[in-house]
Formats: sequence, C-alpha cells, structure tokens
Amino acid sequence: MTQVNRLPDGGRLNRAKVIRFWYDDKKYEGYPGDTLASALLANGVRLVGRSFKYHRPRGIFSAGAEEPNALVQLESGPYTEPNRRATEVELYEGLVAHSQNCWPSVGFDLGALSSRLSRLLPAGFYYKTFMWPRALWMTYEKFIRKAAGLGRAPSEPDPDSYDKLHAHCDVLVVGGGPAGLRAACAAGATGARVMLVDEANEVGGHLLLGQHTDIGGLVANRWITERLAELNQMAQATLLTRTTVTGYYDYNFLVANERVTEHLGPNRGDKAPKERLWKIRAKQVVLATGSIERPLVFADNDRPGVMLASAVRAYINRFGVLPGKRIVVLTNNDSAYHTALDAKRAGAAVEIVDIRPDPAGEPIEWARSLDIPIHVNSALSAVGYARGKITQVTVMTLSPDGNEVRGEARHLRCDVVAVSGGWTPTVHLFSQAKGKLEFSDDLHCFVPAAADDATDDTTHSLFCAGACRGSYTLAECLTEGRDAGLAAAAAAGFADTPETVAEAAVEPAPPPASQRHAPQYGPRYGPMRALWILPCDHPIGEGAKKHFHELHNDSTIADIALAAREGFESVEHLKRYTTTGMGTDQGKTSNLNALVALSDLRGAPIPALGATTFRPPYTPLTFGAIIGQERRELFLQKRTTPMHAWHDRHGAVYEDVGDWKRPFYFPKEGEDMRAAVRRECLAARNAVGILDASTLGKIDIVGEDAVKLLNMVYTNAWNRLAPGRCRYGLMVNEHGMVFDDGVTTRLGEHHYHMTTTTGGAARVLNWLEEWLQTEWFGRAKVYCTSVTEQWAVASISGPHSRALLAELCEQPVDGESFPFMSMQQFAVAGIPARVFRISFTGELAFEINVPARFGLALWQALWQAGEKYGICPYGTEAMHVLRAEKGFIIAGQDTDGTVTPMDLGMDWLVSKTKDDFVGKRSFSRTDTARAGRKQLVGLRTETPDFVLPEGAHVVEKLLDAPPMKMLGHVSSSYLSPNAGRSIALALIKDGFKRKGETLEVALTDGGSHRVTVTDTVFFDSEGERARD
Amino acid sequence: MTDEHNPPATVTPTSPAHHREPVEGKTSLRELPWCAKINLRGEAHNARFMSATAEALGVALPTEPNTTATAKTETETDDATVFWLGPDEWLLHCNLARADTVLQQLQQKLAPLHHAATDVTDYYTVLELSGKDAAATLARGCPLDLHERVFQATQCAQTRFGNAGVLLYKPNAEPVFQIQVRWSFAGYVWDYLAKVIDSL
Repeated sequence: MTQVNRLPDGGRLNRAKVIRFWYDDKKYEGYPGDTLASALLANGVRLVGRSFKYHRPRGIFSAGAEEPNALVQLESGPYTEPNRRATEVELYEGLVAHSQNCWPSVGFDLGALSSRLSRLLPAGFYYKTFMWPRALWMTYEKFIRKAAGLGRAPSEPDPDSYDKLHAHCDVLVVGGGPAGLRAACAAGATGARVMLVDEANEVGGHLLLGQHTDIGGLVANRWITERLAELNQMAQATLLTRTTVTGYYDYNFLVANERVTEHLGPNRGDKAPKERLWKIRAKQVVLATGSIERPLVFADNDRPGVMLASAVRAYINRFGVLPGKRIVVLTNNDSAYHTALDAKRAGAAVEIVDIRPDPAGEPIEWARSLDIPIHVNSALSAVGYARGKITQVTVMTLSPDGNEVRGEARHLRCDVVAVSGGWTPTVHLFSQAKGKLEFSDDLHCFVPAAADDATDDTTHSLFCAGACRGSYTLAECLTEGRDAGLAAAAAAGFADTPETVAEAAVEPAPPPASQRHAPQYGPRYGPMRALWILPCDHPIGEGAKKHFHELHNDSTIADIALAAREGFESVEHLKRYTTTGMGTDQGKTSNLNALVALSDLRGAPIPALGATTFRPPYTPLTFGAIIGQERRELFLQKRTTPMHAWHDRHGAVYEDVGDWKRPFYFPKEGEDMRAAVRRECLAARNAVGILDASTLGKIDIVGEDAVKLLNMVYTNAWNRLAPGRCRYGLMVNEHGMVFDDGVTTRLGEHHYHMTTTTGGAARVLNWLEEWLQTEWFGRAKVYCTSVTEQWAVASISGPHSRALLAELCEQPVDGESFPFMSMQQFAVAGIPARVFRISFTGELAFEINVPARFGLALWQALWQAGEKYGICPYGTEAMHVLRAEKGFIIAGQDTDGTVTPMDLGMDWLVSKTKDDFVGKRSFSRTDTARAGRKQLVGLRTETPDFVLPEGAHVVEKLLDAPPMKMLGHVSSSYLSPNAGRSIALALIKDGFKRKGETLEVALTDGGSHRVTVTDTVFFDSEGERARD
Repeated sequence: MTDEHNPPATVTPTSPAHHREPVEGKTSLRELPWCAKINLRGEAHNARFMSATAEALGVALPTEPNTTATAKTETETDDATVFWLGPDEWLLHCNLARADTVLQQLQQKLAPLHHAATDVTDYYTVLELSGKDAAATLARGCPLDLHERVFQATQCAQTRFGNAGVLLYKPNAEPVFQIQVRWSFAGYVWDYLAKVIDSL
C-alpha cells in the first residue's frame, strides 16, 4: 500500500499528478508540492539514516533548513550530491536518493556496532584515541576517513551549468514570511529598488504552516496573493524564491544561492543553470528570517518518530501527511497545542505531555474541548522503540525543580512524539553582520540587540522584523515588517510619499484570536517553563539512555558534562570538543540547549556564558554555484598576442607565463621538445631566429624628473644616457634584493621607454607609482603610463637578422648607422616601428616594435622575407637556453628575492657615485655585505650531456644520510647545442671563490652527479656577436 | 615620418576579435571599428593645463569622477570623447584619421606644462554590448551597479569583468555599453559575454 500516511485532502499539493521516485532502491509515489521528506513520511518511511558517530537509526526531525538527521545522497553518477536535507529537496519525477552513513543498509548497519562501543567514543575521542602511538596515525587516519564521512562526493565532472551575478538594491528583505512580505511591499511602494528573498519554493513562511485548518486558510492565502501581486506591479522589485541567503558580509554585501532548476531534476533545466549565486550589495537590509522551533532534550530523544511539533504541523497542513496515527505532543509552551489540535482534527489519537504544572489559556481550553488528554507537570522518561518505530513513551511526574522524575510511570502508546521547547529566533545572518545579540529572559533565547547597534556605519544598517527578533504574533510581524520596510527605504533615501503613508495605513485587521497565524507563546501567551533537559529514571549520562542535544553530530548532554569536567567549559572550547553546532547543521536546533546544559553545570546564567560565533554559510553552498560561469575556458584568462593565430597555425606548444600563452617551442613533424629546441637554438645563432616578445612589460615615462626616477629605481646611473640609446638596468627592493630587470631607452629629452619582465609588468608599474605617490608625492614631476600591449614585438636574432631587417626598411642598419644598444624609428615592411638594437640571446639582434594592430602583418613580412635566410621561429625554451649560454639571468628564476646584484656578479651595475637609490642603504647591512653569501656561478657536469634537474641541491660531498652541508641549488639547467654540452647556473655559497672546485649535485634517485664550478658564460665569452 | 596611425593600405591590420562573428539577437555583441586612444596625464588644479587641453580637444576635461565629455563635431564620426580615469588622468577616444593631428595639437599646446600624452590606440579594443539584457549580462562579471538610475548615460567607470580590467561607458540612454578592454584580454571577455548571452 502506498502513501499510507497521506491525508485524504489538504496540503499545497497537486494531487492530480503522481510522481514516482526511488529511495534506497525502492520505488515510491508522491505529489508535486512534496518534499522528499514529506513524500517519505507519506509512504511510512521512518528510518532515513544512521547517526554520525554511533550509527543510531534516525528519522525525519523537521520540515526545513534545520534538519539534522535526514541527510541523503541525492541522485547518482556525476549528478550526485551528498548531505542534502530531505526536508528541502523538492520531489520530482524519477528522483533517486539514498540514505547515508550506513552499510550495507539503513536497516542493518554494521557501523551500529559502534553504538555498543559508545563508552569508547566520548567527547573529544578523536583527540584522545588516535594520538598515540604517533606512528600509527597513518592507519588511524584511514579508519577515521572511512568512518567519519557522511555522504560521497561525486567522482565525475559536474555536467550541470551554474550562474553567478552581482546584484544591487536599495532594500534587501531576507525572508518571505508575513513580516518580510509586508516589509518588501512597504519599501517597494516608496519607489526603492527592493529584493525579497525566500528559501522556500513559495513565500508565506509560517503562514503556510497552518493555513489550512484553524487559522483561516483563505485569509492567509489571499493576503499572500495580494502582496505578491503588489510586488509584481513594482518595476523595481525582484522576488527570489528557492533562494537562501547564506552569508552576510561587511558593508551589506550578502550572498544568496538560488536553486533555479534543481527541483525539475537532473538535466531538465534546458539552458537554465542548476543554481545561481547572487552577490548582493544592498543599501539597507531587512532581516525577517523567522524562527526555528527548539526541541526538548529527553531520554533517547533521537528515536525515529521524534519530531519538532512545528514540523508535524507543517506535514499535516502543508503537505497533507499525518506522520503518525498516535501522536504524543511534548511541550513547555502553548505553541505546540496548535500541533495537537491539527493532528487531532486530521484523525490522529493525540495526547499532550506538558511539563508545566498548570498550563492555562485558550489553546489549553481548545485542546480540552477536543478531548485531548493533557498530562501536566510531566516529562517523558523513556521512549520505547522496536523494529524501526516508536512503540510507546513513559511519562512520569516532574519534581518542582525539574531535576528528577518521580511517581508512577504511565505508558502512552504512540508512534510519533511532537516536541516543542519554544522558538529560537534565526539570528545567524544578524550575527554574521556583527549584530550584537542579547539574551531575553522573557523569551529564553538570544534576540538582536537594538537595531542601531548593529553596525557602526550609518550608511549601511540593518533592520529586524518579526519572529527573528522574538516577535511571534502575526500582528507584531505585520507592524514590524511595515515599519522596518519604510525605515529601510527612508535610510536608503526613499522617503514616504503620501501614497505610501496611505497604503501603509490599509493594514489588514488582526485576525480573531481563533485564527492566530504565528506560533505564539511568551509573556502574553502563557508562560513557558524554563526547562529543556528532562530527567529520566537514571542520572543523565550514567545509564543506557542517551540525551541528545545535538542530533547532527551525535553529541549528548553527557558529552557536555565530560567536556566541562575536563576543563573545556568555555562555550568556544565546548563547541570544538563536543562538535556541537559544527558541520552543515550549524547548531540550528542544538546551540541553545547546549548552553542550558553548560549553564546548569557551571551554575552560571546563559548571558554570562556567551554564544559562539555564527559563521557563513547558513546552509551549505555548492562549489558549482561559487564558481558560476568561471569554469573550463573561463576559469582563467588566456592572454594572447596579436601574432597568436600565426603561432597556432605553425603548431606552437605553449608555455604559461603569468596568464600569457607564449610559444614554448615549435615542433616540426616527428620532433620532440628536445629536438625542436635544439634546432631553434642553432638557427638563432647560425641563421636568424624570430621570437614573439610582445608580452614584455613596457612603461612610457615622461617628465622633467624622469631621469631622477630611473636613478632611484635602478641600481646603475642614468644621467649620461643619450637620446636614442638603450641601457640595461637591475631593480632591487628596499632590502637590496633583485626583483626585476630590463632595458630602458631614452626616447627624448624627458621621455623614456622602460621594459620589464613579462611577469613583472604590473608589479613594476605599481612599484614606480608607489614611490611616486607615497614617498615622493608632489615632488617628482613624472608620469608613468603602461604601454605593454600598445606594441607588438618581433625579436629577430642571429647573423642574418641585419640582412633581413635591411630588406624590409629603407634605412641603413649597418653597425655604424645603427649601433648596439640604440633605438631608431622607421618603417619596417611599411609599418611605423620603433626598432631597438638590443639582444637577450647574445647574438646580433633587433627588437621591432609596431602598433599591435600591425603585429601580425610585421611577423608575416619577416617570415616571408626571412625564408631565404633560413628564418626559424623560436619559443621561450630556446630563449632560455640562449640566454643561459650567455649567462644572462632571469629575474625570478636565477633570483628568488634573496639575491643582490653583487651575488649575481653584477657589481658593475651598482653605482658607487649616486647619492641614493632604492636598496642602496641595504648593501651596507651586515648580512648583505658579509662573506659567504650564495653567488651565481656556472656548473659543468662531469658527463657532458647529463642535464641537472633545476632546483637540485649542491653539496660538497653527498653523505649517506642527512644532515649534510647544503651549498646551494641549481637555478637554470639546459642542454646547450651551441656550447655542445649541458650547462647550468647555480647559486652556491661562496661560489665565486669556488670556481674550479668539484662539487656534487644530489639527485632524487638518491645518487649524485659531479660538477665543476665555472664562470656563468658558456658561449662567446667576449660578447663579440651582439656588437657586430 | 609615416603617419603612425594610418600605415599604407597594403598593410592589413588585425584586431583581437577580428576572427569572431558578432553575436546578434536579443543581446548583441560586436567589436567597434578601431578608434584612436590617447592617455592624458596632467594637473587638473593647473588652470593653464585645463585651458590648453580644452583648446586642443575642443572640450573641457571632465573633473567629476566617472564622467565623460564629448567634443561634438558636425559629423558624428569625428566626435571625440574624454573619459575621467582619475584626478590627474584622462583617456581620449577619437577618430583614427584625426589621431596624429590631435596628438600634435596636444603636444604643441601642452609643451611647456607638466603632462603626458601617450598613444595607447592599439593597447585596447572596444566591444559594444547592446539589448535590454545588456546590464544583466554585464552583471555576471562586473560588480558595479549598472542600473539606469545609478550608471547613467555618458557615465564611465573603470571596473572589472571577470578577471579583466575594463573601462565601461554608457554612451546614451539606450541599453548600450561600450567595454574597453586590453588586447590580450579581449578574447576572454568576448567568450565570457557570449556564454552569458547564450544562457540568458
């Protein structure tokens, strides 16, 4: 028989359509409008999982985001998602879900043996059990990982698409219950841009909970419909349902996750994303986040069938499901009486156990009028449980202090216990926004302190309305909602107009007493008995029965007592030690009861204990939503040069340099990297090679103090650089350590063109601006403008480069007319160009800069004209080899932030005569000036073609085992076709003095290779070729 | 000396999005014809600088943050727009054919003053996004509030789209945005926008 617990009518369901779904491989039926939880309850499924630590059977506990038990593995394969709350998963055709944390099945679970071993799993058991012996940690870890995980992460790529966007509004209203709806309408009427966000599939909040029975369904329904119509007419209003605000960050920045098509099932969203992440910046925020019912803690209160009273009511009224035939309502306040009334009317046998000695008032009278037995001054001292369901509860009389039960034990047959310990305002977001909480002695919970204290920034403030600030009556919710909405709009600059004032006055009349919508208790609705942890017939923690204050992490009152005994009595310690309030649940139903237990143990009032910090997210977010569109090709930009299409066509293999895709090498058919690089290196020295150097950083520097700037940021002197001439410079930081290098050219009287490394372009410009703006502000007359991508650069290198250039221009380019380290402007292949005769290969070379639009045209012209010279495109690897053959450094490879120019053997680049430059002072620091620093040298391997691994350590003699004296490391290492052997650069302690010495380089296979320390130049040591 | 901005017709220019088909539909995306761009630095508090630039450009430099000023001409194609980038920094967009003249005028008028007029014509391309969902499309990668009440016609802003720094410009009251982006980031921004357009 299907849907045994489904009521014949009622609920916000479409009963015309039957939905089939699978849970633990069994097929069930439900209706559109169901959640997975309501459909499971309708089908009489009680057992939905095993608990985290003890593997105790657990059932559905709530009807919302606070669900601690019913976490399921939703769907399978690439669509699977762990830890989904069945109470929030909307039912769709073909839904597949599995219970978690149990093997082989939820009914028979081997892990449940740990329940028998529970004495071995006390609070903090991770910290105690697995710490010794240390050597076994690797073994323990495997066990813990296997035992601790709840669900399984998908192992295949996520086929869904996700969306994320930025949104802005004047007033953001979080929560679409009566207060939130009212706030949004009031704020929207002023013309403010309003967003209303609610986590459910429809707005209404608690109005949906009881709309169908005693509270006048039509009234509530019509009121919601009218408000929605109002919002729909506002051009500037946005309504988001199925959207959870998960985090509230500084300056009214909030993050919300919209489940766009998830409720349709996998792959049914067409082009629409599965989820959409909203990054909302709101001028003002109204929190109308409502409240969550608080459970009572009693012996074996975790049995499947123990549910929040509000959840039972929601299942009856909203989902048309009566979770049990015989329901015992256990309460310390009036609000649960509404559950009793609804359950009774729905056909259940109902009894009320009220822990108060003398409950009185309307709800009690209504219950009596329906002949519902009320056991006053009583508590549940035991829960009978067999074959997956509750069979009975034991009721005993409470002592006046509430510390023990006494008298005759009465047994009530039942299958569901509906429990209420009052209500907890949902203050997570308020607290995340640094709102101050205060403990209300009337309501026995934390409520937001005066709204004005919420933030110290008057331009961004937040307002709370309704149940989230402890105002539980519908009248209060409506009034506070309207007031908060108007106040928020006013604070955002939208004052009341006469219309809005008039509109606001048309307030629905408060419903008659018999039709109160919201859960009601508190001073005006009958006092609550301030008791949440109910005793049983043995002292808590000493007998077989367990009192769970925290179902999600399987934490008991005995754990809190143990933690306190062991000295972990601060709330923050308690939280970590017992894991209360941690994980996906964030303590929504447990935090306050844990505080009560701690308060009892320490004999201190709750306000004196304080509360732990609420952290985002309120409910978990998927990585997919966080990433949004930014996956695959949009994960990281691939920056390309104007010549990129040519590189593509010529089979370039790319290297990532920063975000740039630079050609690494250009393999010909059948060539591996080594062969290609060898060919490229030879061509660049024997014929002509062409390199795309467009990515180099370029900065245009103008102003009468330009030369002063250069003198300050470079170690060498710039006063005597003639216009049209180029000079190499090293940049060091304040500590004298090299961080960038490049060639700077004087273009005019006060005009320079600086080049930087590819990766250092932005950093160098920031560096110049930092000095100009913060240190020499107002004094230096100089402007720096990035021109990196203005210019596309083709660098031609090799003995034929001059002939090639000459062919494409009308200019004499012989050594005399166009000397080394100079720049000339003329047309190359008809394109206006700046041609720099500079060389990073040590060859005769020209760097031809043209406006980026003509980069490809220039490259193609060079390529065509170069054919007869044997032109060869080369990539960054050949460039690295060629420069290493010449001992030219790469900042960031041969330097690592601890290397001075002197360490590089480049003293000649450090001016002795300049008054000052950045880093100068540091060169006289003891540590910078001492002997024995690591210095850049060359290494020759014993075996000529053995290439040392970069990063390998250099030692005098490799010992059998550490420790041994480390001398330094290999920074660059290549097979050099031009030197005819392997070459390497290394930073070695006292390297300059060691030239000629034989050292050893440790290899990862445990062996070593002998090397001789040499000079850094391996080719053309006189430097003739570049000057030719 | 050749005209820096207009080499002979025999030389074929390219642009970062020249091989991408314009997106047309409810939301459209295209690369605008190339314009000249000049980055201008100078002292806004120096009245001589302000008047010299106004003379050279035909319009006063905007000093209100995130605003623009346009020098109107008889033919709209010769209009020049100046964008406020910072307290001492502006950007000029003008017709490519006029670039050399404008640069020369600037250099001539500003010669005695502390300034920089730097040609960045080729550094950036300008994409145009239009259609009623244009703002919603940009909202996928741009953190600024682009609502018509906030980001109004003729306003500009330096912001980001995804990981790319961009200069946004709303030329008129229509749902049209110009997105100036560095050459090397143009493909990324284009692909991002095209993907969002396709999903909306």
